[in-house]
Amino acid sequence: MKLIFEKSVPGRGCSLLPPCDVETVYPSEYMNRKTAPALPEISETEISRHYTELCRHTYGVNCGFYPLGSCTMKYNPRIDEEIAALPGFAGVHPLAPAHAAEGCREVLDTAKAYLCEIAGMDDMTFQPAAGAHGEFTGVLLIKQYHASRGDTKRNKIIVPDSAHGTNPATAAMCGFEVVNIASAPDGCVDLEALKAVLNEETAGLMLTNPNTVGLFDENILEITRLVHEAGGLCYYDGANLNAIMGVVRPGDMGFDCIHMNLHKTFATPHGGGGPGAGAVGCKAFLADFLPKSALMDGGERIQVRSFAGNFLVVVRALAYLMTLGREGIPEAAQNAVLNANYLMRRIQGTFEPAFDRICMHEFVLDLSEFKKRTGVSALEVAKSLIDYGMHPPTMYFPLIVHEALMLEPTETESRAALDRAAEGFCKLYALADEDPNFMRSAPHSAQIARPDEVRAARNPILRWREA
Amino acid sequence: MNYPAELNYSKSHEWVKMDGDTAVIGISDFAQNALGDVVFVNLPQEGDSVSVGEAFGDVESVKTVSDLICPVSGVVCAVNADLLDAPEKLNSDPYGTWLIQVKELSEQEELISANEYEALCRVEG
Repeated sequence: MKLIFEKSVPGRGCSLLPPCDVETVYPSEYMNRKTAPALPEISETEISRHYTELCRHTYGVNCGFYPLGSCTMKYNPRIDEEIAALPGFAGVHPLAPAHAAEGCREVLDTAKAYLCEIAGMDDMTFQPAAGAHGEFTGVLLIKQYHASRGDTKRNKIIVPDSAHGTNPATAAMCGFEVVNIASAPDGCVDLEALKAVLNEETAGLMLTNPNTVGLFDENILEITRLVHEAGGLCYYDGANLNAIMGVVRPGDMGFDCIHMNLHKTFATPHGGGGPGAGAVGCKAFLADFLPKSALMDGGERIQVRSFAGNFLVVVRALAYLMTLGREGIPEAAQNAVLNANYLMRRIQGTFEPAFDRICMHEFVLDLSEFKKRTGVSALEVAKSLIDYGMHPPTMYFPLIVHEALMLEPTETESRAALDRAAEGFCKLYALADEDPNFMRSAPHSAQIARPDEVRAARNPILRWREA
Repeated sequence: MNYPAELNYSKSHEWVKMDGDTAVIGISDFAQNALGDVVFVNLPQEGDSVSVGEAFGDVESVKTVSDLICPVSGVVCAVNADLLDAPEKLNSDPYGTWLIQVKELSEQEELISANEYEALCRVEG
């Protein structure tokens, strides 16, 4: 399809905005534009058709199965949208005086209380706009903690080799040296490898539990004890919180600080439909270092984002928490784990799990033997799944599994949907022997079959220009 | 898969060729094949110190980003700047395309021969 810029016709346009009824003020000469902005000139009908066409070409969890591992692409209940659209929430101005926004304040306080309860933390900020921003904020808390004690030689953050790429990136952005430790054969933290790198330079450890291969690290209490004993702090990456919410608390596992992806675990839109929210919780001894809103909390404050963050995401998350309640939240986690195990066992026998044991909310298939035998790679299986009406799983992650496909079905899929997905996998397993070339050119039913990812990465064209 | 006998290899898939007292370092055919199409290479600068077992740069493909692990300790005396514009050379000619050259060598990890390396790749791949 054409870009909206290509549909532009000089002189065409529409008047979606009402006439301006306040005095027009121009900025200084210095700030004035020399040329008009290159905006598309297009009629209202064409705009409507353009975006409707884009809508038809996109794929979301509302279209079908979306087992993108580590992303928790669960269904976002409509009631959350309805609550967030209430005029008192949607129309509130961030500069409204406190007495005019008491309801919003109550939402933030209530959500904080519930989420602290789930995380096992004492305090929280909603400012970070997404997971990686939350990590950045959380690791800065750790840095500030050590600095406040004059413990300035702690300049190393330990990250297992199975971690999300954002973990080492965060540590590096915060000015730490990253110490990578190899995972044990079972995909969990290797206690000996951990002990070997812990010392008086350890600022902290960043960990997800369940980890990126979907396994709960049973040594977690020993891991956090060892880090604390060495004087470091423990950071919990909440990416995989969906497996354990309401069942076990990161705070009780020994973590000092956590970010929670409200847009994953608490069912708010993401994956292009955001914005997100990476709430950061911490134990009481770190609470003084949390960013605060100068307007809402008074005084001079350090902020990582304006005002209270993406407020309407918090409204949706709170609506989700309140509709599920104390019983529903752990039940959702249990069903997420049940669904993942059901799908893993349905597929097993064809594609093999990398770790043959009960998984948590997601699991990883290891296609290296399959690729050796058939010549068909994980990428080609992933592309072929599009023809079976599903979004491909996460590919080539975690890095410790070769030819990895990582599936997270979430709790909001029915058994019938999981059966259909498993059948798709089994058919592809057979097809790889019968017609591997068909899979190499898949997908055959999508709008765009195989974008040239190599050329796009080597010579990215980041904005439209008139030819 | 190609394993030139005149080179030595690290277990993390770099090759090393000694040119007098200078170590020339690249990545193996197996490594480029596992990475897939390379789209970006991040290298140190001349004069930088590198250490055995530590990352001296990284290589990015469509599929993943991988650290380049240094098999020697010393000082970088040359960097293959062509790779910044033409990273695909690592795919088309892995043994003709060096990444960095290191001199003032103080330490070297235990490298393996082409035969040993080939056996390792058969297990991994």
